[in-house]
Amino acid sequence: MDFDLTDEQRAIAGLCREFARDEVKPRAEEMDAKAQFPYDLVAKMAELGLMGLPFPEEYGGAGADTVSYALAVMEIARADASTGITLAAHVSLGSTPFYLFGTEEQKRRYLVPLARGEMLWGFGLTEPQAGSDAGGTRTRAELREGRWIVNGTKAFITNSGTELTGGTTITAITGTDAKGRPEISNFIVPQDTPGFTRSKTYRKMGWKASDTRELSFVDAAIPEENLLGRRGGGLKQFLTILDGGRISVAALSVGLAMGAYDEALAYAKDRHQFGQAISKFQAIQFKLADMLMEIEHAKLMVLKAAWEKDNGRDYVMTASLAKLYSGEVSRRVVNEAVQIHGGYGFMDEYPVSRMYRDQKINEIGEGTNEVQRLVIARLMGL
Amino acid sequence: MKILVTVKLVPDTTAEKRIDPSTKRLVRTGVETVLNPFDEYAIEAALQLKEKAGGDTTVTIVTLAPESGKEIVRKALAMGADDALMISDPAAEGSDVWGTAYALAQAIKKNGFDLVIAGTQSTDSTTGELPGALAEYLGVPGVTYVRKLDLDGTALKAERETDTGYAKVSTDLPALVSVTKSINEPRYPSLKGIMGAKKKTIAVQTLADAGVDKPIGSDAARTEVTNLETPPARGKGQIFEAADAVAGATKIVEFLRERKLV
Ligand SMILES: Cc1cc2nc3c(=O)[nH]c(=O)nc-3n(C[C@H](O)[C@H](O)[C@H](O)COP(=O)(O)OP(=O)(O)OC[C@H]3O[C@@H](n4cnc5c(N)ncnc54)[C@H](O)[C@@H]3O)c2cc1C
Ligand SMILES: Cc1cc2nc3c(=O)[nH]c(=O)nc-3n(C[C@H](O)[C@H](O)[C@H](O)COP(=O)(O)OP(=O)(O)OC[C@H]3O[C@@H](n4cnc5c(N)ncnc54)[C@H](O)[C@@H]3O)c2cc1C
Repeated sequence: MDFDLTDEQRAIAGLCREFARDEVKPRAEEMDAKAQFPYDLVAKMAELGLMGLPFPEEYGGAGADTVSYALAVMEIARADASTGITLAAHVSLGSTPFYLFGTEEQKRRYLVPLARGEMLWGFGLTEPQAGSDAGGTRTRAELREGRWIVNGTKAFITNSGTELTGGTTITAITGTDAKGRPEISNFIVPQDTPGFTRSKTYRKMGWKASDTRELSFVDAAIPEENLLGRRGGGLKQFLTILDGGRISVAALSVGLAMGAYDEALAYAKDRHQFGQAISKFQAIQFKLADMLMEIEHAKLMVLKAAWEKDNGRDYVMTASLAKLYSGEVSRRVVNEAVQIHGGYGFMDEYPVSRMYRDQKINEIGEGTNEVQRLVIARLMGL
Repeated sequence: MKILVTVKLVPDTTAEKRIDPSTKRLVRTGVETVLNPFDEYAIEAALQLKEKAGGDTTVTIVTLAPESGKEIVRKALAMGADDALMISDPAAEGSDVWGTAYALAQAIKKNGFDLVIAGTQSTDSTTGELPGALAEYLGVPGVTYVRKLDLDGTALKAERETDTGYAKVSTDLPALVSVTKSINEPRYPSLKGIMGAKKKTIAVQTLADAGVDKPIGSDAARTEVTNLETPPARGKGQIFEAADAVAGATKIVEFLRERKLV
């Protein structure tokens, strides 16, 4: 068993750590306060090649592996969760559908500019009435005179309305299958499609600088060739994408926890009460030890899932375990990080206050904790 | 055109520095090694010259360092340098400025060069003497503390920082310059650069391979560190109390005037 990262993985993590520390961290507080989408950081991440990190060079990517990708997301999220999700959603949800299911023509047209970071793309699965029950989709697409006419609504879609967004990939019902169940397919819906509109960004508890909107389709007509993958393969395709997406959300959670731990450790050494640094109190030391223990554990799980994916193993169980565990670890860590900061931790000037708000979504997005447990139980054969 | 950039591998600049009293050297074990931050400016300057000149201009990284530093040298390649030359030899251990400069000069002459770019100083020993010594052994003009650099064919124009302003200096290649932090903003290595760096060559040479014909290690050092002391702890500052900012500023100015500091 070999726990060493390759030179390349170490170099990529090092680059991201440096970039996040010097460019992302100094901007985090302001972006959060103003709910400002980080266009400049997206441009810089594109220049570095992060926006297409795991895709092959021939499609504009950097050709790195999943382990490198997980490390990159951790380092960016360590500095700022909003920038982290913007990157993670772009790669795992926005771009991956084209890479996995696109035709050569679709890959050239969409994946290449996405991997270069010149364009962003949304992933529209969730609907107001279909969340955990993603198969309960109500959006419909009907083929009429060589065009698909889409009607319906999508909720909470990340990166769907920025100035760089080129469109969103959605699930929609296209009929009924042989067993009488709804047939679900995937569609590429460009931003300028008549009848396709976006709401303003939601006002959120956390991830404030990330772009999340509601999408509405009213007789939105798209060309017939905008079907992505096989007709009727839609739900399965999206669930496959979410399997990989779990590694990415788990990495976000670990990164956030690392960031909160960094802040708590530094603060504990600096803050004096009763004539000594609070880090000299055993109660504080125990908290920090527990935080580090859980972060290390979660990180190993995420990297194991990434390694399994890179080596063509079945990674679905590990990815689910990692997503669930690191989401919960991030909650315990941000909670103790604020506790260690005392009253200052409740103040907006201290990063842990933002991290505390940014954490909750880790246990909800891309499959809630409850749904993760259901997935795990199902994989156990229960 | 051949541009060579000298880089030093130094202990992580954010780590606490400790000196071993017995050897009078910096303790390097247990501390991560990084590229001397000043040398990133030298690499950037070389890459910008290469991008401007185009054609068959190459940028080669040169370092005298243990072979274990290979991974750090790769970062310079990931930034965009073409290849690297490492002089790694246990016999080089403990070399002083003279020995380091002599060895680098021999290796650089053997390799061939038009322009050598160095940083102004290292973050560990920080003598700032190496570039001057290296120019001397190379037998070429040395322009140190450069904040602006232009090349037109073999005509080099530079602005050299001085205590009071700057001097405009011009010379012909071959030459050596050392660059300051105001010359540019070093780029991050890109992912493509990192992936591409795997395929670039890092040639590792012994002192003999590099054409170093004299001993340069600690026994050959011409200088000796006789004593090392940590600087005395800074005394307490003087605190001025005043009713408002203007009164406070006035008091501080008076204090400085008395000591002829302003
Ligand atoms: C900021 C943000 C960004 C998002 N980005 C995207 C995106 O880009 N694309 C996208 O498609 N979606 C996105 N989502 C949606 C997200 O994936 C869903 O919110 C999530 O899957 C949960 O769905 P829901 O909100 O409808 O909750 P519900 O499904 O209504 O769940 C409510 C509660 O019931 C529980 N529950 C539901 N079913 C069960 C069950 N069978 N057993 C036990 N408990 C159950 C849940 O765990 C939860 O606690 C985003 C959400 C947010 C908040
Ligand atoms: C604690 C301590 C103990 C020392 N002990 C001894 C001793 O016992 N005997 C002795 O003779 N000397 C000793 N030295 C001196 C030390 O070996 C020199 O400092 C070193 O040779 C190079 O000088 P510098 O780091 O000051 O480089 P600087 O002149 O500050 O560096 C300027 C530039 O030169 C280039 N450069 C510097 N070093 C290299 C390199 N190795 N490879 C490639 N390029 C380089 C880089 O471009 C750098 O930016 C000691 C120094 C210290 C701090």
